[in-house]
Amino acid sequence: MSVIYVLLAISISVALLFFGIFWLAVKSGQFDDPYTPSVRMLFEDEIVKTSSDTEATQEFTTTTNKQ
Amino acid sequence: MGTVQDATRCYHCGDPCEEGSLLFDDKDFCCAGCQTVYEIFSAQGLDNYYTIQQAAGSQPTADLHKFDYLAEPQIEKDLLEFDDGGLQRVRLSIPGMHCSSCIWVLENLSKLSPSVRFALVDFPKKSVVITYSTQDFSLKDLVCLLARIGYEPYISLESLGKEKKKVDRSLWYELGVAGFAFGNVMLLSFPEYFEVEEFWLDQYKPYFRGLMLAFSLPVVFFAARSYFKSAWKGLRSRILNIDVPIALGISALFIRSVADVLLNQGPGFFDSLTGLVFFLLLGRFFQQKTYAYLSFERDYTSYFPIAVTRIKEDGEEESVPVNQVVAGDRILIRNNELIPIDGVLLKGTASLDYSFVTGESDPVLKDAGDLVFAGGKQLSGLFTMEALKSVSQSHLTQLWGNAIFSKDKSTAFQLLTDRISKYFTLAVLSIALVAASYWTFSSGWVMGLNVLTAVLIIACPCALALAAPFTWGNVLRILGRAGFYVKNTNALERMARLDHLVFDKTGTLTVQNKHQVQYEGEDLSSAETDLLKSTLRASNHPLSRSLYSLLQANGILPLDSFEEEVGKGLFAEAEGHHLRVGSAEFVGLDKEESAQSTAVHVATDQVYKGRYLFENQYREGLQELFKALNSRYDLSLLSGDHAGEKERLEQLLPKGISLLFEQKPEDKLRFIELLQRQEKRVMMVGDGLNDAGAFAQSDVGVAVAEDVNVFSPACDAILDAKRFDSLKDFLDLSQQGMKVIRRSFLFSLFYNLIGLYFAVTGQLEPVIAAILMPLSSISVVVFATISTNYYGRKINSKS
Repeated sequence: MSVIYVLLAISISVALLFFGIFWLAVKSGQFDDPYTPSVRMLFEDEIVKTSSDTEATQEFTTTTNKQ
Repeated sequence: MGTVQDATRCYHCGDPCEEGSLLFDDKDFCCAGCQTVYEIFSAQGLDNYYTIQQAAGSQPTADLHKFDYLAEPQIEKDLLEFDDGGLQRVRLSIPGMHCSSCIWVLENLSKLSPSVRFALVDFPKKSVVITYSTQDFSLKDLVCLLARIGYEPYISLESLGKEKKKVDRSLWYELGVAGFAFGNVMLLSFPEYFEVEEFWLDQYKPYFRGLMLAFSLPVVFFAARSYFKSAWKGLRSRILNIDVPIALGISALFIRSVADVLLNQGPGFFDSLTGLVFFLLLGRFFQQKTYAYLSFERDYTSYFPIAVTRIKEDGEEESVPVNQVVAGDRILIRNNELIPIDGVLLKGTASLDYSFVTGESDPVLKDAGDLVFAGGKQLSGLFTMEALKSVSQSHLTQLWGNAIFSKDKSTAFQLLTDRISKYFTLAVLSIALVAASYWTFSSGWVMGLNVLTAVLIIACPCALALAAPFTWGNVLRILGRAGFYVKNTNALERMARLDHLVFDKTGTLTVQNKHQVQYEGEDLSSAETDLLKSTLRASNHPLSRSLYSLLQANGILPLDSFEEEVGKGLFAEAEGHHLRVGSAEFVGLDKEESAQSTAVHVATDQVYKGRYLFENQYREGLQELFKALNSRYDLSLLSGDHAGEKERLEQLLPKGISLLFEQKPEDKLRFIELLQRQEKRVMMVGDGLNDAGAFAQSDVGVAVAEDVNVFSPACDAILDAKRFDSLKDFLDLSQQGMKVIRRSFLFSLFYNLIGLYFAVTGQLEPVIAAILMPLSSISVVVFATISTNYYGRKINSKS
């Protein structure tokens, strides 16, 4: 029955590990904004890049910079 | 909604527009600005913007000159979060952000400008963090880019020169610690619950108990620290707030449990202890729901431009932060800019709209040599003025010198929970002492101490402390969904106990920038109407704009000549006819017979035709709302405007309401102070800065806003103008919330009495406490949530 010491030690260290991960997650700011990621994950990266687009980008940037 | 869908809507912003007037790519647009944004998006392959959400856009800012000040190195430095020379990072607040399309396009900003490296949106806060390289790019370019696509950032004096606020995540940590310990302690106390006589379990008992003790340490000393702090603060100011009995209960639980374990008396109450703290923190978490993107603390500085154009002695223009302007400086005020400072007009004419400060809606005309006061908005053309004071000494800002602005309403107000907890604490303490002394005399001091701690443990007002947070937290959410954003739960409780409502008129009871126009005089022929509409089209004056949008004309005529005399009127000629439109004097009348209302006069070919009378348009449902409110509250109306609408208001509103006109901001404040001296609890419903003093003085200040994301002065709640007619339902809900709390208190008292029976008779087993305490907490939480949802269903069904 002394194995209970080992079992308890394991279970508590697993629990502590998860708790540590939670702590780090909070610290990294994951819980600051609970809404935006739920929308972001639904966006697809479907912007089709053609060569004319890149030209247009440059053109647009130059006009912006003139402001 | 049926009628609305029939109208043509702008493909970009969704505003109604004339079909075919501005067609691009087979799509209708309401203005050139929206079309430009569409062109930009479609050229960059960002068409998706319109498929995620239809008509998601907002009209772009036309005048980009107002961002010139961002080129100033000092301002730039204050705004940036991070700057290493090549890369800069800035957090910008974008109030116009409102849907998933907005998130998408802002996070894809790099497609519009390769200098933008990374953009991350925080939607609840309506802010975006943008990292960009400074090569061929700057903060000003970035802000201009955002403004051009319709997402103008909100930058104010507030954001300058202030320490960047750190995010407070302590509640997350505390909740995490308490939840973690609670779960593990529950598991470890399982063998104790069943009291199995088993050799091995008995053998390991001290080991299990030691572990539980270890788990409870961070809960008591870390997670529960805020309760001890608050109780200590309360005691020092001689108030028995709800945290005093809580702190007492936690200490009693902990000390008794530690003693039990160390003396090998029993398993202790660690499960109750950790559970109690966990539930309490959960309640606080639930209550903490705030509207991060709404600011309830704005003062005049948020309204002011961050920088003004100063004219140097050699005539050169430069952009300087507004708080660096000193007396004697010459500054240039452009169209639609706000005067930030008192001064003398030097060159040009000013047509100033002071509605924002005084509530008076008609523009005031000023010529060179006249004094102009801070807070006026220039409506036509530009002028030069000389500053006479510095910003903080200006007329408008003096209102904020009033002591009322530094008072915190929530500390002055005693919550129901705190009022009850005073008696509760005293009762518990006396029961504990009486029971303990009885047992000390009858069976010795060990038993006495036992009973003393048992009473303190079981009487810990966990359910009492949870009733208010869960009720108000839920009410706050229900109201927020309906368009009534209350600052915090304290304001909600104050709202439940009002007896006098004071309303502002302009912008609160009336719809902003919307008028009902009546024509008096000789009918205009269709040719004359065409000419009038064409003339008005060329003018930027607000009255011209609103008349223009209301006139039904057949077509637009090319004008042969057009002249605008600022603040007086318009003169135009076309197809051989000429037309004068404007003030009475301008069209050739002697003097306006009634200066009480706003009118635009028309004369064609030197013959006076008639006048358009502008009347304020009152909000829908106003009459019914006032009728309903009148039965429960005393009502008053304060207006900064002239008494021109008095008769109409008397017709519209129930009898016996006091109507006061030409009230300055200070008068409003004093009026409310007077009511409060008569022991009235007053709510002020207003809209602009001119009500700010009244908001601060009143028990609850509610700002009505056409667009909740834009501007509201410091207040306790922001009401979406669309839901103005539901104000009574909102007030009702706050009163029903109060009822729910009272009933929850009875509930928790009932549990406490059961527990007290066990405690006083000296037979409180840990397992009873472990069942009773969570049971009472959970049932109170469930009861509060279900009943507030029940009461809130009327509001929910409407929105």
